Amino acid sequence: MPVRKIDQDTTRFRDIVRGRIKRNLRKYVTTGEMIGKQGKHYVSIPLPQIRLPRFRYGPNPEGGVGQGEGDEGDAVGEGQGAEAGEDAGKHSLEVDVSIEDLAEILGEELELPNIEPRGNKSIRTTSLKFTSISRHGPRSLLHFKRTFKEALKRQIVSGTYDFDDPVVVPIREDFRFRAVEKKEEPRANACIIYMMDVSGSMGREQKEIVRIEAFWIDTWLRHQYKNIDVNYIVHDAVAHQVDRHTFFHLRESGGTKISSAYEMCLRLMEEKYPASQWNIYPFHFSDGDNWSSRDTERCVDFLENSILPQVNQFCYGQVKSAYGSGQFKKDLDKIFKNDELVVTSDILDRDGILPSIKSFLGKGR
Amino acid sequence: MANLTPELARHRDNARDLAAHYGLDCYEVIFEVVDYDELNMIASYGGFPTRYPHWRFGMEYQKLSKSYAYGLSKIYELVINNDPCYAYLMRSNSVTDQKLVMAHVYGHCDFFKNNLWFSKTSRKMMDIMANHGTAVRRHMDRHGQGPVEDFIDQVNSIDNLIDIYSPFIKREASSIDQRDSSPQEEETVYKIPASEYMDRYINPREPEKAEPEKEEKKSRKSSEPMGDVLKFILENAPLRSWEQDILAMLRDEAYYFAPQGMTKIMNEGWAVFWHSRMMTHHLLDASEIISYADSHAGTLFTQPGQINPYKMGVELFKHIEYRWDRGQFGIEYQRCDDARLRREWNTEAGKGREKVFEVRKIYNDVSFVDEFITPEFAEDQNLYVYGRNPSTGQYEIVDRDYTKVKTALLDQLTNFGNPIIKVAEDNYKNRGELYLQHEWVDKDLEFEAALRTLQSLYHMWKRPVHIETREGGKARLLSFDGEEAVMKELPGKEDTAEVVGSAPPDED
Repeated sequence: MPVRKIDQDTTRFRDIVRGRIKRNLRKYVTTGEMIGKQGKHYVSIPLPQIRLPRFRYGPNPEGGVGQGEGDEGDAVGEGQGAEAGEDAGKHSLEVDVSIEDLAEILGEELELPNIEPRGNKSIRTTSLKFTSISRHGPRSLLHFKRTFKEALKRQIVSGTYDFDDPVVVPIREDFRFRAVEKKEEPRANACIIYMMDVSGSMGREQKEIVRIEAFWIDTWLRHQYKNIDVNYIVHDAVAHQVDRHTFFHLRESGGTKISSAYEMCLRLMEEKYPASQWNIYPFHFSDGDNWSSRDTERCVDFLENSILPQVNQFCYGQVKSAYGSGQFKKDLDKIFKNDELVVTSDILDRDGILPSIKSFLGKGR
Repeated sequence: MANLTPELARHRDNARDLAAHYGLDCYEVIFEVVDYDELNMIASYGGFPTRYPHWRFGMEYQKLSKSYAYGLSKIYELVINNDPCYAYLMRSNSVTDQKLVMAHVYGHCDFFKNNLWFSKTSRKMMDIMANHGTAVRRHMDRHGQGPVEDFIDQVNSIDNLIDIYSPFIKREASSIDQRDSSPQEEETVYKIPASEYMDRYINPREPEKAEPEKEEKKSRKSSEPMGDVLKFILENAPLRSWEQDILAMLRDEAYYFAPQGMTKIMNEGWAVFWHSRMMTHHLLDASEIISYADSHAGTLFTQPGQINPYKMGVELFKHIEYRWDRGQFGIEYQRCDDARLRREWNTEAGKGREKVFEVRKIYNDVSFVDEFITPEFAEDQNLYVYGRNPSTGQYEIVDRDYTKVKTALLDQLTNFGNPIIKVAEDNYKNRGELYLQHEWVDKDLEFEAALRTLQSLYHMWKRPVHIETREGGKARLLSFDGEEAVMKELPGKEDTAEVVGSAPPDED
C-alpha cells in the first residue's frame, strides 16, 4: 500500500507532540499529571499549547441563543446547557499518546539502554494463527473467496463456464478452508515486585513519589517485555501482598521490619516466578528506617543468598521523610558495594524521581 | 472519475434532473464513493486531498478517526465549492441516505454557484489547492521543513484577520491582487551552509532583491484602519520571497473559505429545504420513509442552548416561502399591528418560490437573520435568549422577546464569529511598531491566546506589535516586544467606546 498523504501529516503531528512531551517531561513527571489518565494502551496528556493561538473570543459566560420549549426562568435543557457552557470555557486539549511512545520518549530523554533479557529466559511459546488454507475443515471456516476462485478455475478449464451467464457453483472439491498454522516465537516474560514500607513515617507525599516512580518504571518495562506481571507487597512489621489500589492508598502505623517483605518476595518468586522462565525485578521503597540492625542482617541474608541469584536486578529507592534515618541505604551500599545487581538511589523530593529512574533502569539489565 | 454503482448513478440522475426541474442551477456534480477512512482523510484537509502538508491536518484526522471509531460522530456528506462540484458519499451509508445526501448536495451546489457572497471565490480551487501544495512542498525542499512549517503556523494564527467585504470593494490599488498565482521561479541560488566569514567566499552573492521600496510610504495613522491584516502584512512586513509566496497562498485560501463561514445558516438551510422537498415529493418510496425521517430528524435536532444552522436555516426559508405565498410583505402588512390579522393575512400572492430564490442569491447569514426573523417566527420556533443566573449558577431562559433574540444572534454571526481587528498604525511611537485595534463590542478576547498570537505576528513584522482591546469595557493594550508578552491598562480610553458591528434591531 502506498504511503498515504495523511500519514505523513499524522506522523509529523505525532513528532511534534513527542517533542513537546519530551521538552516538558520533567514537569509531567513531577506533577504526576498523566497517571490519572491512563488507559490500557494510551495515556491522555493535556497539551493546550498545541492549539494554534488566534485572536478569538474568550468563553462567553453570559449565554446565547437557543431554541426549544420552556418559560422564562426555566433552566436551559435541564442543566445540559449549563454543562455545555462550562465545558466550552476550559479549552483543554488532550492528546493520546501510546504507552509505547511514552516509553520511547522516556528512554530517549534518560538515555536508557534496551534491556537484554537475562540468560536463556526466552521460553518459546507456540501460537496458533489462521494463516493457512486447507482442503478440509468445518463449514464455519470456509474461505469463500478461495472457494469461488477454485470453482471458477475448474469451470473455465472444464468448459462449463458461460461468459454470458456467469454463474459459478462450487462443488465439494472446490471448497477451501482457513487453517491454523503453528508459530513458535520466543517470548520474554518479566515480573515486577514492588515492595513499600507503609509504616507511620511514610507520609502521603512519599507514597505519591513512589506512585509516580512506579508508573514510569511500569511504562518502561512494559515497553521492553511483552508479558509483565506486577505484584505489590506492603510491609510494616509484617508484610502483605495487596492489589494496586491498596498498595498506594494503605496507611499503617507501627514499626518496620523490612525482612518481612523480602521474605514474602522470595516466597512469591519461588511459587510463581521460577528464575528459569522469568526476568524478575524487585523494587523496594522505604524511608530507610529499619527495626533493628538484626533485621537488616536478615535482609542482607535474604538478598545475598536467595534473591540476588534469581533476579535481573534489585532496586532500592529511599524516599526522604521527616522521620527516616536513611540508615538502610547506607547499610546496603556498604555491604553490596561491589555487587552490580543491587542498585540504590536517594529520592529527596519529586525532582529526584527522574534521576532515580535513570539509575535503576540505566544499566540495561 | 466518478465511481458510482449503476444504482447510485440512477439515483444521481434522478436527483439532478429534479433539481433542474425545480430551477436549481448547479455546476456538474461529481460524486465519489469513499469509505469512512478516506472520508475522514479528505475532511481533515478541508475537502481538498491535495492540500499542502501540515501537521494540523494529521491532528484533525486523528481526531475524526477516533471519534468515528467510538461512534461519536460520522460525516454524512462533504461537498466542495468548485466547478465541477465534488461531493463524497460514504460507502457504508444506506441507499436512502445516499439519496438524501445527493439531493442535499445539489442544494449546496446551487447555493455555491448563485449566492452573491461566493461570486468572488475561485471555481478552480481543486487545482489551485494542488498548486499550493506543490509550491509549499518545493519551499520545504529548499528552505527546510522546520522553517516553512513554523511560518505556516504563524500565518494560520492570523488568517482570520481578513476583510470579508474586501473582495467586493476596490479599497485601494493593490499589487497583491494582480499577483500571478502560478508558482514563480524565484532565486535559484543554492547556498552552501557556511559561517559568516566564509560565506562570501564559497557562496555566490545574494541577488539584489526587488525589495518593495520603502521610500515615503505613508504612515497608516493618517489613512483609514485596514481590516485586511493579512494583506497589510504581506505588503509591508519584511518577509522573504518564499514567505510572501506562502502568505499570499494562505490568504487566498482564507478568502476562499470565508463565504462558507458567512452563510452557514443559509447554505445548510437551503440544502435541507431542497432535500426535504425532493425526497418527500419524489425520490422516496414508501419503504424508505421511516429511515429517511430518522436521518432527517437527526440533521435538524437542536441541542438545548444552541442553534442548529440546518434547523434555523430551513425554518427561515420555509417561513419566507409561506409569507410570500400569502402576501405577508409590503407596507400594508408591515404597518398592521393586529397580531391576529397578521397571522391570517393571505392575499394569495403565490410569490414564495420566487422569493426564496431571490433570498438565496443576495443574502448572507447576518442580513438573512436580520431581515427575516419576525415576531411570529421567533414565537413559532421557540427561540429564546439564555444567560447564567448568578444565584444558582445555572443557565436559564432569560427572554423570548424577538428583538433580543435577533440581537444576540446577530452578535454571534457578525464577521463570521471572529473579532473585528484592524491595523491602526504601522509606525507606532515613530518606532516602526505595529498597532492593531480590536473593535470591542461586548465580548472579550481570550487574552492568553491573544498574547501568543502577537508573538506569531512579531515573527513576521520583526518589530514590537500591539493590540488595543478591552476587558469588560476597560481599555487594555497587549504587547509583545520580542521578549515579553504583557497586558497593560490603557488609561484615558474608557469613554471612547464606540459600539460597532451589532446592528440595532429594526422596529417595524
